[in-house]
Amino acid sequence: MDVILFLVFAVIAVVCAVNVVLQKHPISSAISLIGVMGSLAVLYLLLGAEFIAAAQVIVYAGAVMVLFVFVIMLLNAGEEVRRGRSFMAQLLGMPLLVAFAGLMAWFVNRLYPESTGVHFGGFTGGTPLAVGRALFTRYLLPFEVTSILVLIAIVGAIVLGRKEMD
Amino acid sequence: MNAFLIISLIKIAIVFAVLMTTLAYLQWVERKVIAHIQVRPGPYNVGPHGLLQPLADVIKLITKEDLVPPYVNKPLYLAAPFLAITMALLSIAVIPFGPTIQVAGYQTWMQLTDLNIGVLFVLAVSSMGVYGVAFAGWASNNKYALLGGLRSSAQMISYELPMSIAIAAPLLLSNTLSLRELVGTQAGGIWHWNVLRLPCPQIIGFIIFLISAFAETNRVPFDLPEAENELVAGFHTEYSSMKFASFFMAEYANMITVSSMATLLFLGGWEAPWPAQYGSSLVPTIIFALAGLVALYHGMNPARKRDRLTFPAAGIVFLVVAALFQIGILQEWIIPLFWFCAKTGAILFAFIWVRGTLPRFRYDQLMRFTWKFLFPVAMLNLLVTGLLVAWFS
Repeated sequence: MDVILFLVFAVIAVVCAVNVVLQKHPISSAISLIGVMGSLAVLYLLLGAEFIAAAQVIVYAGAVMVLFVFVIMLLNAGEEVRRGRSFMAQLLGMPLLVAFAGLMAWFVNRLYPESTGVHFGGFTGGTPLAVGRALFTRYLLPFEVTSILVLIAIVGAIVLGRKEMD
Repeated sequence: MNAFLIISLIKIAIVFAVLMTTLAYLQWVERKVIAHIQVRPGPYNVGPHGLLQPLADVIKLITKEDLVPPYVNKPLYLAAPFLAITMALLSIAVIPFGPTIQVAGYQTWMQLTDLNIGVLFVLAVSSMGVYGVAFAGWASNNKYALLGGLRSSAQMISYELPMSIAIAAPLLLSNTLSLRELVGTQAGGIWHWNVLRLPCPQIIGFIIFLISAFAETNRVPFDLPEAENELVAGFHTEYSSMKFASFFMAEYANMITVSSMATLLFLGGWEAPWPAQYGSSLVPTIIFALAGLVALYHGMNPARKRDRLTFPAAGIVFLVVAALFQIGILQEWIIPLFWFCAKTGAILFAFIWVRGTLPRFRYDQLMRFTWKFLFPVAMLNLLVTGLLVAWFS
Protein backbone atom coordinates (compact mmCIF):
# COMPACT_ATOMS: atom_id res chain seq x y z
CA MET A 1 0.00 0.00 0.00
CA ASP A 2 2.68 2.49 1.00
CA VAL A 3 4.76 1.49 -2.02
CA ILE A 4 1.84 2.27 -4.33
CA LEU A 5 1.20 5.59 -2.60
CA PHE A 6 4.91 6.40 -2.73
CA LEU A 7 5.08 5.64 -6.44
CA VAL A 8 1.96 7.68 -7.21
CA PHE A 9 3.11 10.77 -5.35
CA ALA A 10 6.76 10.47 -6.36
CA VAL A 11 5.68 10.37 -10.01
CA ILE A 12 3.38 13.37 -9.45
CA ALA A 13 6.24 15.28 -7.78
CA VAL A 14 8.68 14.57 -10.59
CA VAL A 15 6.16 15.32 -13.34
CA CYS A 16 5.21 18.61 -11.64
CA ALA A 17 8.87 19.52 -11.17
CA VAL A 18 9.60 18.95 -14.87
CA ASN A 19 6.46 20.91 -15.69
CA VAL A 20 7.72 23.91 -13.70
CA VAL A 21 10.56 24.22 -16.20
CA LEU A 22 8.57 23.33 -19.32
CA GLN A 23 5.58 25.65 -18.84
CA LYS A 24 5.76 28.96 -20.63
CA HIS A 25 3.43 30.92 -18.40
CA PRO A 26 4.65 31.87 -14.89
CA ILE A 27 1.27 31.06 -13.31
CA SER A 28 1.33 27.52 -14.75
CA SER A 29 4.87 27.07 -13.43
CA ALA A 30 3.78 28.30 -10.00
CA ILE A 31 0.84 25.85 -9.96
CA SER A 32 3.20 23.01 -10.87
CA LEU A 33 5.47 24.07 -8.01
CA ILE A 34 2.47 23.91 -5.65
CA GLY A 35 1.94 20.38 -6.92
CA VAL A 36 5.56 19.52 -6.08
CA MET A 37 5.19 20.93 -2.56
CA GLY A 38 1.92 19.09 -2.01
CA SER A 39 3.25 15.71 -3.14
CA LEU A 40 6.40 16.23 -1.05
CA ALA A 41 4.14 16.75 1.97
CA VAL A 42 2.41 13.44 1.22
CA LEU A 43 5.80 11.73 0.95
CA TYR A 44 6.77 13.13 4.36
CA LEU A 45 3.48 11.82 5.72
CA LEU A 46 4.24 8.38 4.30
CA LEU A 47 7.57 8.44 6.11
CA GLY A 48 5.75 9.11 9.39
CA ALA A 49 6.85 12.74 9.72
CA GLU A 50 3.42 14.26 10.17
CA PHE A 51 4.66 17.54 11.68
CA ILE A 52 7.04 18.16 8.78
CA ALA A 53 4.23 17.32 6.35
CA ALA A 54 1.90 19.87 7.94
CA ALA A 55 4.67 22.48 8.10
CA GLN A 56 5.47 21.82 4.44
CA VAL A 57 1.88 22.54 3.44
CA ILE A 58 1.47 25.56 5.74
CA VAL A 59 4.80 27.22 4.98
CA TYR A 60 5.68 26.22 1.42
CA ALA A 61 2.43 25.35 -0.33
CA GLY A 62 0.40 27.81 1.76
CA ALA A 63 2.53 30.88 2.41
CA VAL A 64 5.55 30.95 0.10
CA MET A 65 3.67 29.90 -3.01
CA VAL A 66 0.80 32.30 -2.29
CA LEU A 67 3.41 35.07 -2.26
CA PHE A 68 4.82 33.80 -5.57
CA VAL A 69 1.36 33.74 -7.14
CA PHE A 70 0.62 37.15 -5.63
CA VAL A 71 3.73 38.70 -7.18
CA ILE A 72 3.07 37.08 -10.56
CA MET A 73 -0.49 38.41 -10.49
CA LEU A 74 0.62 41.85 -9.32
CA LEU A 75 3.21 42.25 -12.08
CA ASN A 76 0.80 40.60 -14.53
CA ALA A 77 3.68 38.65 -16.03
CA GLY A 78 2.93 37.40 -19.53
CA GLU A 79 4.08 34.31 -21.35
CA GLU A 80 7.77 33.78 -21.85
CA VAL A 81 9.16 33.99 -25.34
CA ARG A 82 11.29 30.98 -26.09
CA ARG A 83 14.63 31.99 -27.52
CA GLY A 84 16.75 29.70 -29.67
CA ARG A 85 19.18 27.70 -27.60
CA SER A 86 22.85 27.37 -28.37
CA PHE A 87 24.08 24.42 -30.38
CA MET A 88 26.14 23.12 -27.45
CA ALA A 89 23.13 23.10 -25.10
CA GLN A 90 21.02 21.19 -27.60
CA LEU A 91 23.78 18.68 -28.21
CA LEU A 92 25.03 18.07 -24.67
CA GLY A 93 21.88 18.68 -22.55
CA MET A 94 20.34 15.22 -22.61
CA PRO A 95 23.54 13.15 -22.31
CA LEU A 96 24.76 15.32 -19.40
CA LEU A 97 21.42 14.94 -17.61
CA VAL A 98 21.53 11.17 -17.99
CA ALA A 99 25.13 11.08 -16.80
CA PHE A 100 24.27 13.21 -13.75
CA ALA A 101 21.30 11.05 -12.82
CA GLY A 102 23.40 7.91 -13.22
CA LEU A 103 26.16 9.37 -11.05
CA MET A 104 23.67 10.26 -8.32
CA ALA A 105 22.15 6.78 -8.40
CA TRP A 106 25.63 5.26 -8.17
CA PHE A 107 26.54 7.46 -5.18
CA VAL A 108 23.37 6.57 -3.31
CA ASN A 109 23.96 2.92 -4.05
CA ARG A 110 27.51 3.12 -2.71
CA LEU A 111 26.57 5.08 0.40
CA TYR A 112 23.66 2.83 1.41
CA PRO A 113 24.43 -0.52 -0.22
CA GLU A 114 21.80 -2.70 1.46
CA SER A 115 19.21 -0.22 2.71
CA THR A 116 15.69 -1.49 3.08
CA GLY A 117 12.69 0.61 2.22
CA VAL A 118 10.99 2.76 4.84
CA HIS A 119 7.58 1.46 5.80
CA PHE A 120 4.50 3.36 6.83
CA GLY A 121 4.38 3.66 10.60
CA GLY A 122 7.94 2.36 11.00
CA PHE A 123 9.28 5.72 12.13
CA THR A 124 7.81 7.43 15.18
CA GLY A 125 10.11 10.45 15.58
CA GLY A 126 7.96 12.73 13.44
CA THR A 127 5.44 13.88 16.03
CA PRO A 128 5.41 17.57 16.98
CA LEU A 129 6.67 16.53 20.44
CA ALA A 130 9.74 14.72 19.07
CA VAL A 131 10.55 17.46 16.57
CA GLY A 132 10.21 20.18 19.21
CA ARG A 133 12.35 18.29 21.71
CA ALA A 134 15.08 17.71 19.12
CA LEU A 135 15.01 21.36 18.03
CA PHE A 136 15.33 22.74 21.54
CA THR A 137 17.88 20.30 22.95
CA ARG A 138 20.13 18.63 20.43
CA TYR A 139 19.87 21.14 17.60
CA LEU A 140 19.46 24.27 19.71
CA LEU A 141 22.52 26.07 18.35
CA PRO A 142 21.79 25.45 14.65
CA PHE A 143 18.17 26.42 15.28
CA GLU A 144 19.06 29.75 16.89
CA VAL A 145 21.73 30.50 14.29
CA THR A 146 19.21 29.86 11.52
CA SER A 147 16.78 32.30 13.13
CA ILE A 148 19.47 34.99 13.14
CA LEU A 149 20.24 34.17 9.51
CA VAL A 150 16.58 34.64 8.61
CA LEU A 151 16.51 37.92 10.56
CA ILE A 152 19.52 39.17 8.60
CA ALA A 153 17.77 38.25 5.36
CA ILE A 154 14.64 40.17 6.41
CA VAL A 155 16.64 43.26 7.42
CA GLY A 156 18.56 43.06 4.15
CA ALA A 157 15.33 42.84 2.16
CA ILE A 158 13.96 45.91 3.93
CA VAL A 159 17.16 47.89 3.32
CA LEU A 160 17.15 46.98 -0.36
CA GLY A 161 13.45 47.79 -0.64
CA ARG A 162 13.97 51.21 0.97
CA LYS A 163 16.75 52.12 -1.44
CA GLU A 164 14.46 51.56 -4.40
CA MET A 165 11.83 53.86 -2.97
CA ASP A 166 14.00 56.95 -2.35
CA MET B 1 -12.58 -3.32 10.36
CA ASN B 2 -15.88 -3.60 8.57
CA ALA B 3 -17.79 -2.08 11.46
CA PHE B 4 -15.28 0.76 11.58
CA LEU B 5 -15.78 1.38 7.85
CA ILE B 6 -19.57 1.36 8.08
CA ILE B 7 -19.61 3.64 11.14
CA SER B 8 -17.22 6.05 9.41
CA LEU B 9 -19.39 6.16 6.30
CA ILE B 10 -22.51 6.79 8.38
CA LYS B 11 -20.74 9.55 10.28
CA ILE B 12 -19.54 11.15 7.04
CA ALA B 13 -23.08 11.06 5.63
CA ILE B 14 -24.55 12.62 8.78
CA VAL B 15 -21.89 15.34 9.07
CA PHE B 16 -22.17 16.18 5.37
CA ALA B 17 -25.95 16.41 5.45
CA VAL B 18 -25.97 18.51 8.61
CA LEU B 19 -23.21 20.77 7.30
CA MET B 20 -25.00 21.38 4.00
CA THR B 21 -28.28 22.17 5.75
CA THR B 22 -26.50 24.48 8.15
CA LEU B 23 -24.81 26.25 5.24
CA ALA B 24 -28.16 26.87 3.58
CA TYR B 25 -29.89 28.02 6.75
CA LEU B 26 -26.96 30.07 8.01
CA GLN B 27 -27.56 32.29 5.04
CA TRP B 28 -31.26 32.55 5.93
CA VAL B 29 -30.35 33.40 9.54
CA GLU B 30 -27.91 36.03 8.30
CA ARG B 31 -30.53 37.68 6.11
CA LYS B 32 -33.08 37.61 8.91
CA VAL B 33 -30.73 38.98 11.58
CA ILE B 34 -29.43 41.77 9.35
CA ALA B 35 -32.99 42.60 8.33
CA HIS B 36 -34.05 42.92 11.98
CA ILE B 37 -30.98 45.05 12.75
CA GLN B 38 -32.11 47.33 9.93
CA VAL B 39 -35.76 47.25 11.10
CA ARG B 40 -37.27 45.35 8.18
CA PRO B 41 -38.76 41.83 8.06
CA GLY B 42 -36.28 40.20 5.66
CA PRO B 43 -37.28 37.12 3.59
CA TYR B 44 -40.96 36.57 4.29
CA ASN B 45 -42.79 35.18 1.28
CA VAL B 46 -41.41 31.69 0.63
CA GLY B 47 -42.79 29.57 3.44
CA PRO B 48 -43.58 30.84 6.97
CA HIS B 49 -41.12 33.65 7.82
CA GLY B 50 -39.21 32.81 4.61
CA LEU B 51 -38.13 29.46 6.02
CA LEU B 52 -38.16 27.85 2.56
CA GLN B 53 -36.09 30.67 1.07
CA PRO B 54 -32.80 28.65 1.08
CA LEU B 55 -34.53 25.92 -0.94
CA ALA B 56 -35.77 28.47 -3.45
CA ASP B 57 -32.28 29.96 -3.65
CA VAL B 58 -30.74 26.56 -4.34
CA ILE B 59 -33.24 25.87 -7.12
CA LYS B 60 -32.59 29.31 -8.58
CA LEU B 61 -28.81 28.85 -8.51
CA ILE B 62 -28.93 25.40 -10.08
CA THR B 63 -31.29 26.33 -12.90
CA LYS B 64 -29.54 29.60 -13.77
CA GLU B 65 -27.55 29.81 -16.99
CA ASP B 66 -23.95 28.80 -16.40
CA LEU B 67 -21.99 31.29 -18.46
CA VAL B 68 -18.28 30.92 -19.13
CA PRO B 69 -16.95 34.16 -20.64
CA PRO B 70 -14.84 33.59 -23.79
CA TYR B 71 -11.80 35.55 -22.51
CA VAL B 72 -11.08 33.55 -19.34
CA ASN B 73 -8.24 31.12 -18.71
CA LYS B 74 -10.51 28.10 -18.85
CA PRO B 75 -8.75 25.36 -16.80
CA LEU B 76 -8.02 27.70 -13.90
CA TYR B 77 -11.39 29.42 -14.16
CA LEU B 78 -13.14 26.06 -13.77
CA ALA B 79 -10.77 24.77 -11.07
CA ALA B 80 -10.98 27.82 -8.78
CA PRO B 81 -14.52 27.37 -7.34
CA PHE B 82 -13.90 23.64 -6.98
CA LEU B 83 -10.69 24.36 -5.05
CA ALA B 84 -12.41 26.92 -2.81
CA ILE B 85 -15.31 24.66 -1.82
CA THR B 86 -13.11 21.56 -1.37
CA MET B 87 -10.71 23.31 0.99
CA ALA B 88 -13.60 24.89 2.87
CA LEU B 89 -15.37 21.56 3.46
CA LEU B 90 -12.23 19.52 4.15
CA SER B 91 -11.38 20.93 7.55
CA ILE B 92 -14.71 19.83 9.07
CA ALA B 93 -13.21 16.30 9.01
CA VAL B 94 -11.10 16.91 12.12
CA ILE B 95 -13.57 19.03 14.11
CA PRO B 96 -14.92 17.11 17.13
CA PHE B 97 -18.54 17.83 18.11
CA GLY B 98 -18.76 15.79 21.28
CA PRO B 99 -17.28 13.02 23.42
CA THR B 100 -17.37 9.24 22.87
CA ILE B 101 -20.79 7.73 22.39
CA GLN B 102 -22.19 4.21 22.27
CA VAL B 103 -24.18 3.41 19.15
CA ALA B 104 -25.65 -0.11 18.89
CA GLY B 105 -22.85 -1.55 20.97
CA TYR B 106 -20.08 0.26 19.11
CA GLN B 107 -18.04 2.97 20.72
CA THR B 108 -17.28 5.92 18.48
CA TRP B 109 -16.17 9.54 18.65
CA MET B 110 -18.45 12.37 17.57
CA GLN B 111 -15.80 13.38 15.08
CA LEU B 112 -14.88 12.11 11.63
CA THR B 113 -11.21 11.55 12.41
CA ASP B 114 -8.79 12.59 15.13
CA LEU B 115 -5.32 13.63 13.99
CA ASN B 116 -2.59 14.35 16.49
CA ILE B 117 -1.81 17.36 14.33
CA GLY B 118 -5.46 18.43 14.05
CA VAL B 119 -4.81 22.13 14.64
CA LEU B 120 -2.03 22.17 12.04
CA PHE B 121 -4.28 20.32 9.60
CA VAL B 122 -6.93 23.02 9.85
CA LEU B 123 -4.29 25.73 9.40
CA ALA B 124 -2.81 23.94 6.38
CA VAL B 125 -6.17 23.45 4.69
CA SER B 126 -7.23 27.04 5.32
CA SER B 127 -3.93 28.33 3.92
CA MET B 128 -4.57 26.33 0.75
CA GLY B 129 -8.03 27.88 0.49
CA VAL B 130 -6.49 31.19 -0.57
CA TYR B 131 -5.72 29.71 -3.99
CA GLY B 132 -9.40 29.35 -4.85
CA VAL B 133 -9.94 33.10 -4.49
CA ALA B 134 -6.58 34.12 -5.99
CA PHE B 135 -6.93 31.91 -9.08
CA ALA B 136 -10.55 32.94 -9.54
CA GLY B 137 -9.43 36.56 -9.66
CA TRP B 138 -6.57 35.94 -12.04
CA ALA B 139 -8.27 33.46 -14.38
CA SER B 140 -11.32 35.70 -14.90
CA ASN B 141 -9.16 38.08 -16.93
CA ASN B 142 -11.10 41.04 -15.62
CA LYS B 143 -9.60 44.02 -13.83
CA TYR B 144 -12.10 44.06 -10.97
CA ALA B 145 -11.73 40.33 -10.41
CA LEU B 146 -7.92 40.60 -10.52
CA LEU B 147 -7.94 43.42 -7.97
CA GLY B 148 -10.25 41.38 -5.76
CA GLY B 149 -8.02 38.32 -6.01
CA LEU B 150 -4.90 40.38 -5.25
CA ARG B 151 -6.48 42.03 -2.25
CA SER B 152 -7.72 38.75 -0.95
CA SER B 153 -4.37 36.95 -1.19
CA ALA B 154 -2.50 39.85 0.43
CA GLN B 155 -5.09 40.09 3.20
CA MET B 156 -5.19 36.37 3.86
CA ILE B 157 -1.40 36.04 4.10
CA SER B 158 -1.24 39.05 6.43
CA TYR B 159 -3.97 37.88 8.77
CA GLU B 160 -2.80 34.28 8.82
CA LEU B 161 0.21 35.36 10.89
CA PRO B 162 -1.60 36.89 13.90
CA MET B 163 -4.12 34.05 13.68
CA SER B 164 -1.46 31.32 13.88
CA ILE B 165 0.28 33.09 16.73
CA ALA B 166 -2.99 33.60 18.57
CA ILE B 167 -3.66 29.85 18.16
CA ALA B 168 -0.22 28.99 19.54
CA ALA B 169 -0.92 30.57 22.95
CA PRO B 170 -3.84 28.29 24.01
CA LEU B 171 -1.83 25.36 22.65
CA LEU B 172 0.87 26.25 25.18
CA LEU B 173 -1.73 26.09 27.95
CA SER B 174 -3.26 22.81 26.75
CA ASN B 175 0.00 21.19 25.61
CA THR B 176 -1.47 19.22 22.70
CA LEU B 177 -2.21 19.62 18.99
CA SER B 178 -5.09 17.15 18.85
CA LEU B 179 -8.41 18.94 18.87
CA ARG B 180 -10.05 16.22 20.97
CA GLU B 181 -7.38 16.29 23.67
CA LEU B 182 -7.51 20.08 23.54
CA VAL B 183 -11.12 19.97 24.71
CA GLY B 184 -10.25 17.28 27.27
CA THR B 185 -7.79 19.62 28.99
CA GLN B 186 -10.47 22.30 29.30
CA ALA B 187 -13.03 20.14 31.13
CA GLY B 188 -14.51 21.03 34.50
CA GLY B 189 -15.97 24.49 34.24
CA ILE B 190 -15.66 27.91 32.68
CA TRP B 191 -12.51 28.76 34.70
CA HIS B 192 -10.74 25.85 32.97
CA TRP B 193 -11.51 27.10 29.45
CA ASN B 194 -8.47 28.52 27.73
CA VAL B 195 -10.06 31.93 27.50
CA LEU B 196 -10.10 32.27 31.31
CA ARG B 197 -7.55 29.66 32.34
CA LEU B 198 -4.69 30.32 34.74
CA PRO B 199 -1.80 31.08 34.60
CA CYS B 200 -2.55 33.25 31.59
CA PRO B 201 -6.17 33.89 30.50
CA GLN B 202 -6.33 34.07 26.72
CA ILE B 203 -8.86 36.89 26.44
CA ILE B 204 -6.57 38.93 24.19
CA GLY B 205 -5.68 35.83 22.18
CA PHE B 206 -9.39 35.08 21.70
CA ILE B 207 -10.11 38.59 20.44
CA ILE B 208 -7.10 38.49 18.06
CA PHE B 209 -8.27 35.11 16.78
CA LEU B 210 -11.77 36.43 16.14
CA ILE B 211 -10.53 39.55 14.31
CA SER B 212 -8.21 37.46 12.12
CA ALA B 213 -11.04 35.01 11.53
CA PHE B 214 -13.19 37.83 10.15
CA ALA B 215 -10.38 38.74 7.76
CA GLU B 216 -9.65 35.14 6.78
CA THR B 217 -13.25 34.54 5.79
CA ASN B 218 -13.46 37.84 3.86
CA ARG B 219 -16.29 39.12 6.04
CA VAL B 220 -17.27 42.68 6.89
CA PRO B 221 -15.36 44.80 7.97
CA PHE B 222 -12.61 43.06 5.98
CA ASP B 223 -14.57 42.21 2.83
CA LEU B 224 -12.28 44.24 0.58
CA PRO B 225 -11.95 41.39 -1.98
CA GLU B 226 -15.62 41.80 -2.87
CA ALA B 227 -16.20 45.45 -2.06
CA GLU B 228 -19.21 45.97 -4.32
CA ASN B 229 -19.03 49.75 -4.54
CA GLU B 230 -15.53 49.72 -6.01
CA LEU B 231 -15.00 46.22 -7.47
CA VAL B 232 -18.48 45.19 -8.76
CA ALA B 233 -18.32 41.80 -6.99
CA GLY B 234 -14.57 41.33 -6.63
CA PHE B 235 -13.05 37.98 -7.42
CA HIS B 236 -16.33 36.30 -8.37
CA THR B 237 -17.52 38.97 -10.79
CA GLU B 238 -17.34 36.61 -13.79
CA TYR B 239 -18.90 33.62 -12.06
CA SER B 240 -22.53 32.61 -12.36
CA SER B 241 -24.87 29.81 -11.32
CA MET B 242 -23.34 26.95 -9.30
CA LYS B 243 -19.79 28.27 -9.64
CA PHE B 244 -20.85 31.44 -7.86
CA ALA B 245 -22.71 29.29 -5.35
CA SER B 246 -19.50 27.35 -4.63
CA PHE B 247 -17.73 30.54 -3.56
CA PHE B 248 -20.74 31.52 -1.53
CA MET B 249 -20.88 28.14 0.20
CA ALA B 250 -17.12 28.20 0.76
CA GLU B 251 -17.44 31.49 2.61
CA TYR B 252 -20.12 30.14 4.92
CA ALA B 253 -18.30 26.81 5.41
CA ASN B 254 -15.18 28.76 6.40
CA MET B 255 -17.26 30.76 8.86
CA ILE B 256 -18.50 27.55 10.46
CA THR B 257 -14.96 26.13 10.61
CA VAL B 258 -13.38 29.16 12.27
CA SER B 259 -16.27 29.44 14.72
CA SER B 260 -15.82 25.78 15.66
CA MET B 261 -12.07 26.34 15.99
CA ALA B 262 -12.63 29.32 18.28
CA THR B 263 -14.99 27.17 20.37
CA LEU B 264 -12.51 24.30 20.58
CA LEU B 265 -9.41 26.39 21.21
CA PHE B 266 -10.74 28.99 23.61
CA LEU B 267 -14.25 28.16 24.81
CA GLY B 268 -13.86 24.56 25.95
CA GLY B 269 -15.53 22.81 23.01
CA TRP B 270 -18.50 20.72 24.15
CA GLU B 271 -17.81 21.13 27.88
CA ALA B 272 -20.53 22.77 29.98
CA PRO B 273 -19.72 26.07 31.72
CA TRP B 274 -19.96 24.43 35.13
CA PRO B 275 -19.91 20.77 36.26
CA ALA B 276 -23.00 18.60 35.81
CA GLN B 277 -23.44 17.97 39.55
CA TYR B 278 -24.32 21.66 39.96
CA GLY B 279 -27.07 21.35 37.41
CA SER B 280 -25.51 22.39 34.11
CA SER B 281 -27.29 19.49 32.41
CA LEU B 282 -30.61 21.17 33.27
CA VAL B 283 -29.76 24.36 31.36
CA PRO B 284 -30.81 23.19 27.87
CA THR B 285 -34.07 21.80 29.24
CA ILE B 286 -34.82 25.07 31.07
CA ILE B 287 -34.04 27.20 28.01
CA PHE B 288 -36.20 25.14 25.66
CA ALA B 289 -39.01 24.79 28.23
CA LEU B 290 -39.08 28.55 28.78
CA ALA B 291 -39.21 29.14 25.02
CA GLY B 292 -42.07 26.64 24.80
CA LEU B 293 -43.99 28.29 27.65
CA VAL B 294 -43.58 31.77 26.15
CA ALA B 295 -44.87 30.47 22.81
CA LEU B 296 -47.82 28.78 24.54
CA TYR B 297 -48.65 32.00 26.44
CA HIS B 298 -48.71 33.97 23.19
CA GLY B 299 -50.87 31.24 21.67
CA MET B 300 -53.40 31.76 24.51
CA ASN B 301 -53.42 35.55 24.00
CA PRO B 302 -53.09 35.84 20.22
CA ALA B 303 -52.29 39.23 18.67
CA ARG B 304 -53.29 37.97 15.22
CA LYS B 305 -55.78 35.32 14.23
CA ARG B 306 -53.28 32.77 12.87
CA ASP B 307 -51.21 32.98 16.08
CA ARG B 308 -53.86 30.79 17.72
CA LEU B 309 -52.53 27.85 15.68
CA THR B 310 -48.86 28.54 14.99
CA PHE B 311 -47.70 29.60 18.46
CA PRO B 312 -49.06 26.54 20.35
CA ALA B 313 -47.57 24.27 17.66
CA ALA B 314 -44.14 25.90 18.04
CA GLY B 315 -44.51 25.77 21.83
CA ILE B 316 -45.21 22.03 21.82
CA VAL B 317 -42.18 21.41 19.59
CA PHE B 318 -40.00 23.34 22.04
CA LEU B 319 -41.39 21.41 25.01
CA VAL B 320 -40.73 18.08 23.25
CA VAL B 321 -37.13 19.16 22.60
CA ALA B 322 -36.84 20.18 26.26
CA ALA B 323 -38.04 16.72 27.28
CA LEU B 324 -35.52 15.07 24.93
CA PHE B 325 -32.67 16.58 26.98
CA GLN B 326 -33.87 14.63 30.02
CA ILE B 327 -33.87 11.18 28.39
CA GLY B 328 -30.98 9.21 29.88
CA ILE B 329 -29.78 7.46 26.71
CA LEU B 330 -29.75 10.64 24.65
CA GLN B 331 -28.23 12.80 27.40
CA GLU B 332 -24.67 11.59 26.96
CA TRP B 333 -24.41 13.03 23.46
CA ILE B 334 -27.21 15.59 23.12
CA ILE B 335 -26.00 17.82 25.97
CA PRO B 336 -22.38 18.13 24.75
CA LEU B 337 -23.77 18.74 21.27
CA PHE B 338 -26.02 21.47 22.68
CA TRP B 339 -23.08 23.27 24.30
CA PHE B 340 -20.93 22.96 21.18
CA CYS B 341 -23.72 24.31 18.96
CA ALA B 342 -24.55 27.07 21.45
CA LYS B 343 -20.96 28.35 21.58
CA THR B 344 -20.36 28.03 17.83
CA GLY B 345 -23.74 29.60 17.16
CA ALA B 346 -22.94 32.55 19.43
CA ILE B 347 -19.74 33.24 17.49
CA LEU B 348 -21.57 32.87 14.17
CA PHE B 349 -24.15 35.35 15.45
CA ALA B 350 -21.29 37.75 16.25
CA PHE B 351 -20.15 37.40 12.62
CA ILE B 352 -23.59 38.42 11.39
CA TRP B 353 -24.00 41.12 14.01
CA VAL B 354 -20.71 42.75 12.96
CA ARG B 355 -21.81 42.62 9.33
CA GLY B 356 -25.00 44.41 10.25
CA THR B 357 -23.28 47.19 12.19
CA LEU B 358 -19.77 47.99 10.98
CA PRO B 359 -18.63 49.76 7.80
CA ARG B 360 -15.79 48.49 5.65
CA PHE B 361 -12.11 49.28 6.25
CA ARG B 362 -10.05 51.15 3.71
CA TYR B 363 -7.32 48.98 2.19
CA ASP B 364 -4.36 50.81 3.77
CA GLN B 365 -6.12 50.80 7.16
CA LEU B 366 -6.58 47.05 6.86
CA MET B 367 -2.88 46.42 6.20
CA ARG B 368 -1.64 48.90 8.78
CA PHE B 369 -3.94 47.40 11.39
CA THR B 370 -2.63 43.86 11.00
CA TRP B 371 1.09 44.59 10.62
CA LYS B 372 1.48 47.45 13.07
CA PHE B 373 -1.04 46.49 15.73
CA LEU B 374 -2.45 42.97 15.59
CA PHE B 375 0.79 41.12 14.85
CA PRO B 376 2.86 42.74 17.67
CA VAL B 377 0.03 42.27 20.16
CA ALA B 378 -0.31 38.61 19.20
CA MET B 379 3.45 38.14 19.54
CA LEU B 380 3.43 39.82 22.97
CA ASN B 381 0.52 37.65 24.07
CA LEU B 382 2.40 34.52 23.02
CA LEU B 383 5.58 35.61 24.82
CA VAL B 384 3.76 36.46 28.06
CA THR B 385 1.83 33.19 27.91
CA GLY B 386 5.02 31.20 27.34
CA LEU B 387 6.75 32.95 30.21
CA LEU B 388 3.86 32.40 32.63
CA VAL B 389 3.41 28.76 31.61
CA ALA B 390 7.12 28.12 32.09
CA TRP B 391 7.04 29.96 35.45
CA PHE B 392 4.13 28.04 36.95
CA SER B 393 4.90 24.55 35.69
